[in-house]
Amino acid sequence: MREIQLEVLRYSPETDSEPRFETFQVPCQEDWVVLDAINHVKDHMDSSLTYRWSCHMAVCGSCGMMVNGEPVLSCKAFIRDYPDKIRVEPLANFPIEKDLVVVMDDFMEKLKASKPYIIPKEEKSIDDGEYLQTPLQLEAFKQYSMCINCMLCYAACPQYALAPEFVGPAALALTYRYNKDSRDGGKAERAHMFSKSEGVWECSFVGACSEVCPKHVDPAAAIQLGKVESAVDYFKSFLMPWSR
Amino acid sequence: MEIVSADVAIVGAGGAGLRAAIAIAQSDPSLKVALISKVYPMRSHTVAAEGGAAGVIRAEDSLEHHFNDTVSGGDWLTDQDAVELFIEDAPRQLTQLEHWGCPWSRTPEGRVNTRPFGGMKIERTWFAADKSGFHILHTLFQTSIQFESIERYDEFYATDLIVEDGHCRGVVAIEMRSGRVFLFHAKSVIVASGGAGRIFPFTTNGAIKTGDGMAMAYRIGVPLKDMEFVQYHPTGLPGTGILLTEGCRGEGGIMVNKDGYRYLQDYGLGPPDPWPRKKAMELGPRDRLSQAFWHEQQKGNCVSTTYGDAVLLDMRHLGEKKINERLPFVRDLASSYMGKDPVHEPVPVRPVVHYMMGGIHTNIDAATPIPGLFAAGECACVSINGANRLGSNSLTELLVFGQRAGLGAAEVARQVADGMPAGVETQGREAEARILGLFDREDVGESVAGVRNAMTASMEEGAGIYRTEEAMQATCDLIGQLRERVAKVPVKDKSKVFNTDLMGVLELEAMLDISQTVVHSAIVRKESRGSHQRLDFEKRDDEAFLKHSLATYRGADVPEISYCDVVITKSQPAERLYGGAAEAAAKEAKEGGSGEGKAA
Ligand code: SF4
Ligand code: FES
Repeated sequence: MREIQLEVLRYSPETDSEPRFETFQVPCQEDWVVLDAINHVKDHMDSSLTYRWSCHMAVCGSCGMMVNGEPVLSCKAFIRDYPDKIRVEPLANFPIEKDLVVVMDDFMEKLKASKPYIIPKEEKSIDDGEYLQTPLQLEAFKQYSMCINCMLCYAACPQYALAPEFVGPAALALTYRYNKDSRDGGKAERAHMFSKSEGVWECSFVGACSEVCPKHVDPAAAIQLGKVESAVDYFKSFLMPWSR
Repeated sequence: MEIVSADVAIVGAGGAGLRAAIAIAQSDPSLKVALISKVYPMRSHTVAAEGGAAGVIRAEDSLEHHFNDTVSGGDWLTDQDAVELFIEDAPRQLTQLEHWGCPWSRTPEGRVNTRPFGGMKIERTWFAADKSGFHILHTLFQTSIQFESIERYDEFYATDLIVEDGHCRGVVAIEMRSGRVFLFHAKSVIVASGGAGRIFPFTTNGAIKTGDGMAMAYRIGVPLKDMEFVQYHPTGLPGTGILLTEGCRGEGGIMVNKDGYRYLQDYGLGPPDPWPRKKAMELGPRDRLSQAFWHEQQKGNCVSTTYGDAVLLDMRHLGEKKINERLPFVRDLASSYMGKDPVHEPVPVRPVVHYMMGGIHTNIDAATPIPGLFAAGECACVSINGANRLGSNSLTELLVFGQRAGLGAAEVARQVADGMPAGVETQGREAEARILGLFDREDVGESVAGVRNAMTASMEEGAGIYRTEEAMQATCDLIGQLRERVAKVPVKDKSKVFNTDLMGVLELEAMLDISQTVVHSAIVRKESRGSHQRLDFEKRDDEAFLKHSLATYRGADVPEISYCDVVITKSQPAERLYGGAAEAAAKEAKEGGSGEGKAA
């Protein structure tokens, strides 16, 4: 049992003009994660504390927050890795809805804009069975399909902080994921994601997104590669107009 | 109160709800779909399924094998017409997902690969490493984005279903971000809201799985079927309850007790060698494995952990390469949450509540007895799962019956005239008043956590792996009291915006209603079958109990329990045999000229 000081950002739009911090003394088990401490507060100290969570196993993507200034999944942030004073805040770069809950609308719109679905290269009926896809072809996009939409990368992204129009790491990684799928033929329809000024060209390649990504999606790599391919396509359109 | 009109309203945007929505959008883009979910679709609990989805694809497999495995796995409480339909549609549904982009694991030739799961004769489980549910959910969600006719209402907490003139005509839900109450007026409604594992203290289920949809249907008079059947998954991490997929054993992992002995051979699942082999030992069905744990615990053969007794899941012999390729998530979960890297150490595990076989009573078209109301996925009971679900049938189930629910609801919607009957709005306003009334409760010292913890502890005590009359009666009594107490739990957070305190009270009411159906259905089933094991009635009793239980709502009173027949088409109830016993019986049957599983 270890007692920590949990400093939580509180903000209720109906009663608070600006966010404030509230501190709770929380007795923690050795193997607890930060989310367990927050749940303890909700259950035993203040039932109005507001945050999102569900799976408690780092796969639903709902519990992202800033813990001591870093964007993390609170269900996978072990208390043992932190000092006695732990500060939790909502994910940076998003508007606060209440306490630790942020407004996700912008992110959801960006996901949608990336057209994250197979636009088939060739139509195939179910009766004809599956598309063949070798393990190597699967490898080409697999990593980029691991994104749990936790938005930690947006909270870490300096570009998104400056220019919220930037479509951002996860949406670009998802675009790249479908472009790279051997079953897909929709790259041209997604070209706007990589070519528009709010797209890939904004990225300054700090790589902060890949560093915080809990699923090793490496969105920075997707952006780099997407940028190169997008440039190639762009020049190709001048040099070889017939190739399009 | 805001009023939204749609043709079909769907509650729940997990696998089943999304599959239903896509089915409607594809079959008839003119129908407006309102997809209502208390969380963003990608947070739905389908995301946590690891192992895979069953569908016959290998040449050496057959629909008959899948049928027999499912029916015997369910201890003959499955409806065989539903199972037949299910297994036939399964490969098509999984192929459809492949076309939508699901990154299934592949063979070197580029075909979809399969792995074995417990209780199956031939490897039949399609998998995407050990994140199959995650990939299925994201594939469905992302695919659904392209359909303009699907209007999503993310983070809307549904509280009531509206029935007018005997027909289901709508849903009441709270918009979390504003606290406003919405009335979704619709021509048909689908409930696809998942299970209720959170009524137990130790579960693989996420926080959202509080049985809201089951409770809504129950309260408007739809019976909940076979609620006494609760599946324990044999391999959860002690403490957190985090699931380690059956795929661990499918790939060759073994279970040992404190002496390193493969104890499953003592419980009718041996002999241990050769290993791995299907439908034996570690690849026996989940109910048998969880029950074997209980016996080992009685014998004092467990290892002890901070969170109580456990056995060991040993995967070391699989080697680092295979573990990284096939079970990377398992490695990550066991290493971070348990401090045990399966490449180097056995991992302590114990049975953990995983799945409700029971649920909203539907027919094979996913229709409930109330016209216009459909249900699919874990919240529903078709029933293909009987008394014990076969691993990897549930992901397929939500596809097969999600689509059927969608098509059925679309058909109904086309037949219902436009316009909102006056009674729908009246009922909506009544529901709104009830919700707002919760804010007026006085604080008399009750709390969500207090009542919830009493409920979960009692459910484990009375409705756990092994059950007795006395323990169940105590739980029946306590749940009755808790239903009175929950009416006194105040909503302390008075704000409108994202009020999880309010949601906590409503979820708790739902969980108590569901708990009551579980334990009341269990106490009158005086036999042992599948996951329902009684120390006071150790045998299966087909004469008296080869029947589905139906729990019907009676307000503040306890539910009424009645029964309906099980549909048997070709497989007469027989003894469930695994391991060497099953092989011997199959050999005998072959020589006698009849098929496996004593199918006629
Ligand atoms: S790319 Fe990584 S950090 Fe960004 S949303 Fe996806 S999983 Fe989260
Ligand atoms: S609670 Fe699901 S990712 Fe943390």
